[in-house]
Amino acid sequence: MTPKLNASNAVAALLCAALVLLPVYSAVTGNIFILTLFTRIAIYALAAASLNLIMGYGGMMSFGHAAYLGIGGYAVGILAAEGIGSGFIQWPVALAVSALFALLIGALSLRTRGVYFIMITLAFAQMAYYVASALSRYGGDDGLTVYKRSDFAGLINLSDRTQFYYLCLGCLFGGLYLIWRIVNSRFGLVVQGVRSNEQRMQAIGFHANRYRLVCFVIAGTICGLAGALLANNTDFVSPAVMYWTRSGDLMVMVILGGMGSLFGPVVGAIVYLLLEELLSQFTEYSGLILGPVLLLIVLFARGGIMGLLGRMSRG
Amino acid sequence: MYLVVEQLLNGLQFGLLLFLLAAGLTLVFGIMDFVNLAHGSLYMMGAYFAATFVAWTGSFVLGALLALGATLLLGIVLEYVALRHLYGRDHLDQVLATFGLILFFNDAVRLIWGPAGLALPLPAWLTVPVQIIPGVYYPAYRLMIILVALAVAAMLYLVVMRTRVGMLIRAGASNREMIGALGINIKLLFTLVFGLGAALAGLAGLMQAPILTVQIGMGENILILAFVIIVIGGIGSIRGAFMAAVFVGIIDTMGRAFLPDLLRKVLSGAAASTAAPALSSMLIYLLMAIILVLRPEGLFPAAKR
Repeated sequence: MTPKLNASNAVAALLCAALVLLPVYSAVTGNIFILTLFTRIAIYALAAASLNLIMGYGGMMSFGHAAYLGIGGYAVGILAAEGIGSGFIQWPVALAVSALFALLIGALSLRTRGVYFIMITLAFAQMAYYVASALSRYGGDDGLTVYKRSDFAGLINLSDRTQFYYLCLGCLFGGLYLIWRIVNSRFGLVVQGVRSNEQRMQAIGFHANRYRLVCFVIAGTICGLAGALLANNTDFVSPAVMYWTRSGDLMVMVILGGMGSLFGPVVGAIVYLLLEELLSQFTEYSGLILGPVLLLIVLFARGGIMGLLGRMSRG
Repeated sequence: MYLVVEQLLNGLQFGLLLFLLAAGLTLVFGIMDFVNLAHGSLYMMGAYFAATFVAWTGSFVLGALLALGATLLLGIVLEYVALRHLYGRDHLDQVLATFGLILFFNDAVRLIWGPAGLALPLPAWLTVPVQIIPGVYYPAYRLMIILVALAVAAMLYLVVMRTRVGMLIRAGASNREMIGALGINIKLLFTLVFGLGAALAGLAGLMQAPILTVQIGMGENILILAFVIIVIGGIGSIRGAFMAAVFVGIIDTMGRAFLPDLLRKVLSGAAASTAAPALSSMLIYLLMAIILVLRPEGLFPAAKR
């Protein structure tokens, strides 16, 4: 499995190089804004990549993926509010709670298929949203301010802009590597087989739903990590992170970049968030342009941006 | 006791309103196999059109009729320009495209009408309370919503079950290719159905407008409720949508009205006041999750295609 040199791989390689070198550019030009923007992008790219694992490879169209962003974020925020500032406790808790939530809703949701699956995952995410809104001890509707970022005992300082950026980028690359390993493992091949033909996989003796569920839990856990990063990035977590439009944003990033391609969600997150940022700089009404652009991409660029690149390189 | 009657009526009114929204959604979903997230935007547009036209004409009824026509037209144009190219595509493509439309409509409304919400005042003859049973008064306007929605539901039933167009709609829902092959102008039929759905969404929006403020994003919350309803009722089934809508409307309203008191009997005051709002907001989603776990195809699944 040696990577071939084609347009998609070239773009992915250039992208990684650019992301790694970004803080240098930021330091030379003194442009701090771009670093904070790309920190946010890296976090959303990680969340989108985890959604891609179940959507693109597993065929599970979850419309409630933003719930884990909130759960990971609230785990950090609530522990910080209760005086437990150590990241060595906060982050494992964030991952564990996300995994548990994914296990619970996955076990129930995977009884349904297709549009019903889309809707039941949405329903669970909305429930999480309302639970968070009701946590009056932790800010309720207004959200919870995280006064101190996770403390890693001097190992890494999350309040340092550059260090935090590299942490987010490291998590993104680590997540992508994990997903790549999963997708190409025996386990991943079974999951993809179940996506293409569930009955056949069942007939040759695979417990389709068990494989699906494990995949669902892994994706939720990775997204929980993104949530912990996000809470540290904004120093704030609120129920709005879990609202269904946020799950929609994540879905848009995945489809825009190219579902079922490893780097697709990263490209999607970069393009979507950059577009949103650029448009908002010269117009208050970014949706007037962003909306039709999404429509045009669906109509004319099937398979997202990575799909487009793939077709270009095949000629 | 009177409180229970009043809340039951409120629930019925809310449920019927949800039915108007869900009926269009389930028709478009069932017949064209099209997931339309922008349905909530049409609901919002109906409300904005109504607020504008009522202010222009000075007449509530005339303004409402104009708004209804405008939403119908908007739906037809939307279908003709963009959405008809998405039939037969993956559901996810449809989600992405119509998600884009939500962004577009929200900012278009902000550009045209400004970020602040609008109010749609009721005419005097609709604000009087009406005595429905001795000793129980109910606002005339809410009563009117119930009557209008019931009339529309009955009309929809007659059109779908008793007319030629309705026959084609039902045939389209069970096998699209076949009725196309039989020489029916399926594109025109789809445009009509979409327009009908848009008009129903607009009607729901303009009737809800005087009760709530007309504001950006008003369609997003209620869209999800409408989806919950068509999923509970079984996709493509108008009868299912009706039952589920009334059920959801009543459960939601009753939950919000009585759950806090019920919880206070079981839990301590502080715990109850935390749990009650969350639980009553979650009730509908909880219901849907339970129904889907037990009956993965909804309560009244439409005939298999």
